[in-house]
Amino acid sequence: MRSLPEDPIIRELVAQARASILTRRTILSGAAAGSAALALAACSPLGSTKTLSPAKDHSATVKSLTWANWPLYLDQADDKSYPTLAAFEKQTGLKVKYDIAVEDNDTYYAKVKDQLALGQDIGADTVCLTDWMVSRWITLGYTQKLDHANIPNIKNLSASLKNPDFDPGRNHSVPWQSGFAGLCWNKEKLPGGLKQVSDLWAPELKGKVGALSEMRDTIGLIMLEQGVDISGKAWGDKEFTAAIDELRKHVDDGQIRNIKGNSYADDLKSGDTVAAIVWSGDVEGINADIGSDKFAFALPETGGTLWSDNFLIPIGSKEKANAEKLINYYYEPEVAATVAAYVNYITPVEGAKEAMAKIDKSLVDDQLIFPNEDTLKHAHLFRTLSAAEQNKYNSQFQGVLLGA
Amino acid sequence: MAIAAFAGNATAVDATPRRRSWVALFLLLPGLLYLVLFFIVPLVSLIITSLESQGLDGSFAYGFVVSNYTDSVSTFATQIWRSFGFALIATVIALLFSYPLAYFIGVTARRWPLLQSFMLILVIAPFFISFLLRTLAWKTILSDNGPVVTALQGLSLMGPQGHITGEPIAVVFGLTYNFIPFMCLPLYTTLERLDLRYLEASSDLYASGWATFRKVTIPLSLPGIVSGTLLTFIPAAGDYVNASQDFLGGTSSTMIGNVIQSNFLVQQNYPAAAALSIVLMFVILVIVSVYVRRSGTEDLL
Repeated sequence: MRSLPEDPIIRELVAQARASILTRRTILSGAAAGSAALALAACSPLGSTKTLSPAKDHSATVKSLTWANWPLYLDQADDKSYPTLAAFEKQTGLKVKYDIAVEDNDTYYAKVKDQLALGQDIGADTVCLTDWMVSRWITLGYTQKLDHANIPNIKNLSASLKNPDFDPGRNHSVPWQSGFAGLCWNKEKLPGGLKQVSDLWAPELKGKVGALSEMRDTIGLIMLEQGVDISGKAWGDKEFTAAIDELRKHVDDGQIRNIKGNSYADDLKSGDTVAAIVWSGDVEGINADIGSDKFAFALPETGGTLWSDNFLIPIGSKEKANAEKLINYYYEPEVAATVAAYVNYITPVEGAKEAMAKIDKSLVDDQLIFPNEDTLKHAHLFRTLSAAEQNKYNSQFQGVLLGA
Repeated sequence: MAIAAFAGNATAVDATPRRRSWVALFLLLPGLLYLVLFFIVPLVSLIITSLESQGLDGSFAYGFVVSNYTDSVSTFATQIWRSFGFALIATVIALLFSYPLAYFIGVTARRWPLLQSFMLILVIAPFFISFLLRTLAWKTILSDNGPVVTALQGLSLMGPQGHITGEPIAVVFGLTYNFIPFMCLPLYTTLERLDLRYLEASSDLYASGWATFRKVTIPLSLPGIVSGTLLTFIPAAGDYVNASQDFLGGTSSTMIGNVIQSNFLVQQNYPAAAALSIVLMFVILVIVSVYVRRSGTEDLL
């Protein structure tokens, strides 16, 4: 720094000017430090390739666990309590927090993925997610390996679900419920019913058709009608794009009114839609809500999709053994039958059908809970997509939803 | 003598605002920290995100990918134009609806304070109920089996397959309805202070009612018009609730807010979502500054 001039007034002025430069500089450097810290903070969750290790299990001392699940997915009494869960708590002395946190696979994943990537607790010791999302978690190492010794009832798991391609041997995931995506219609407005997906494109249904925002279900049904074997590895971009084009055509010309998740039930009830692609178990729920047998469900002749939601234990959970006890409990045939009688989805537990005979005989032959061979022939699993395919197809599908 | 003069000067320098501003700066500190933490930091982070590159497996890496902007803007150009179009229509309708209302409450009803406060309560009361619930209620009212569609179909003003929800008209209606209080209240506060003697003077000078309105009332209430339209237009352009398919929208009425939501939460395409957010912010900033400058009310900001 140059020495200050002699004259005191000028000396004072120069000193002040320097001081102001200094403050400006301090501010700038402060901002730089701030943004550097920010960049560092933003860095960490990205691109980390280190392998995650499961959290230490505290189950022996902490007698509680949290279970994150979808809405309307567990038997519930009139007073809002969950009878089977209460029985489990009484039997084991564990305190279970049942958290209805999963609105759909993508949004739930978006909420917890940063903690998962760091191997931290996501506030749930077990979560039920759909096959393809479970597959993503397993690939990324976000799940803990299950100890089958703690889940002896896993022997009751239905044979067809024992070795899915994303988790052979079920070492990381166990099915909770399965279900179909198929067609639902308003019997008053459409006495003839629906037989196949193309019946939805009838001119008299213009603007009254709903579809699911779950890509694999809506596109799966359309692909099946176009003669594609959605379970096989043989199909690719060409087949998928053909189905997307079909969907886009009906969205653009106003045939399809809405494409959404669980809230499609409101549209059916209010009459905004008369026919829709829906999930099997929900139709009973809608009929129960309106107190009449107004809506019917069927698998299209060309086939519907079959999916499962699976228990998994996130990498950061400290109550793994407790969660395994819970899974084991829900694989008791009697418990599984009680849940199935309420939620109306397919139970993966062998022996539940026999147990159901004691609870409600009329449900034993319900094809939506205990499908027979004939029904299952019409239901297909959507093959596992690679991450690149998932990205590409999902953005095409979302493009149709957004009208772009 | 000279020294004494300098000494005096030195104390004068001591007392400059800069010295005293340390206290002011200290008092400002919480506000500044808040601004840095909750505005500057997220903004920088958003800009960094918007330039990231995406790998095939869905992971992101730092980069300088300007095509995030060009790609997302060209893919969603319709939705961007539509958002500003919807927001503009909703703002104009809200203004046309709110001005007479605010005039009535603020000027005509001045003689009856009880009526004035009662009407103000009517304008504000809907705020006591959640905005989501009110929009859902409209969805039910406008649904195909609801009173509006049934009546219109009964009068043959609408075809048997016609519907309102999911169409642009429902979204514009929802936007207008939800933002009317934001338009009405600023208009009311300026009109409430309107000096009626100006209006008298204007008619004393043989101005017609229309001329008085145009040359006196409107210019005097301009600050209210400007702040009301800004308070309506800005949130309406970025709104994603009304146009969401769960509420009043459909695939043909998607707005930019829904595109951003879908990119952030469903597709997890963070760079595209961040780029679109920045574009939205920038366009609004430009529109607002041009608007404020042209209407000559810079002091407002």
